[in-house]
Amino acid sequence: MKTLPPYAQTLGLSIADTEGGVPVLAMAFSDDVLGRPGFIHGGALGGMLEMAAIMALHCEFAEDEKPRFKPINITVDFMRGGRDKETRAIGAVTRVGTRIANVEAIAWQDDREKPIAAARMNILIERG
Amino acid sequence: MATEFDPGLFVSTLGQHGHNGRLGIRYLEHGADSCTLVLPYDSGLAGDPETGILASGPIVTLMDMATSISIWVRSGMVRPQATLDLRVDYLRPATPGKAVVGRGECYRITRNVAFVRGQAHDGDPDHPIAHAAGTYMFL
Repeated sequence: MKTLPPYAQTLGLSIADTEGGVPVLAMAFSDDVLGRPGFIHGGALGGMLEMAAIMALHCEFAEDEKPRFKPINITVDFMRGGRDKETRAIGAVTRVGTRIANVEAIAWQDDREKPIAAARMNILIERG
Repeated sequence: MATEFDPGLFVSTLGQHGHNGRLGIRYLEHGADSCTLVLPYDSGLAGDPETGILASGPIVTLMDMATSISIWVRSGMVRPQATLDLRVDYLRPATPGKAVVGRGECYRITRNVAFVRGQAHDGDPDHPIAHAAGTYMFL
């Protein structure tokens, strides 16, 4: 994935780092992602987690394969309020089948061991 | 239940800030325990610039806001609350160029927790594009 999709740019996402080739996404705290005063919107966090999950899944495939991914569902757990600081997120692929992938993602601020939100996704793989 | 909380006023004022404001979410209507909002189409919310199909994240935001407000509609007042969990099933892609209508419903409120569900469509309520289920905790 060379450029981030329009929605990722709307959220202000950037690739801050990679771990084993999997991108670590960063999201600055801004008015565009604000929910209740002082806290990040749950929808923006959900969108970020979804993007992290899909980008992790991209890393499972070679450049010449390029399957299309269609999200089937996402379940987001919110553990802590997202505060006025940078948020990071990374996806982890649990299983890639022929048609379905199971992917998880976590988002954290200061301490990765204390995630602020986590998501599980089922994603449909459409091979060209 | 008589309600002092005005969801239309809420969305057109406080709801125009932050992430909801960036997505341009507007109020459509509400019932005794439900609230329906509209997410206008915006190519800046696409997940894939080639197809222009909306990313699924904005649908999460729309359903989060519609279900959140449905709790305040049902209880007749605004109380601080936080999303505990939200699940969204994507039944089919939203049609590029079309606004998405999201209806949230609060079907149970307890001392600590509110239970919600909702559906989103892009013109025909009988052919939803997404289904949502979630829980909120009162702060």
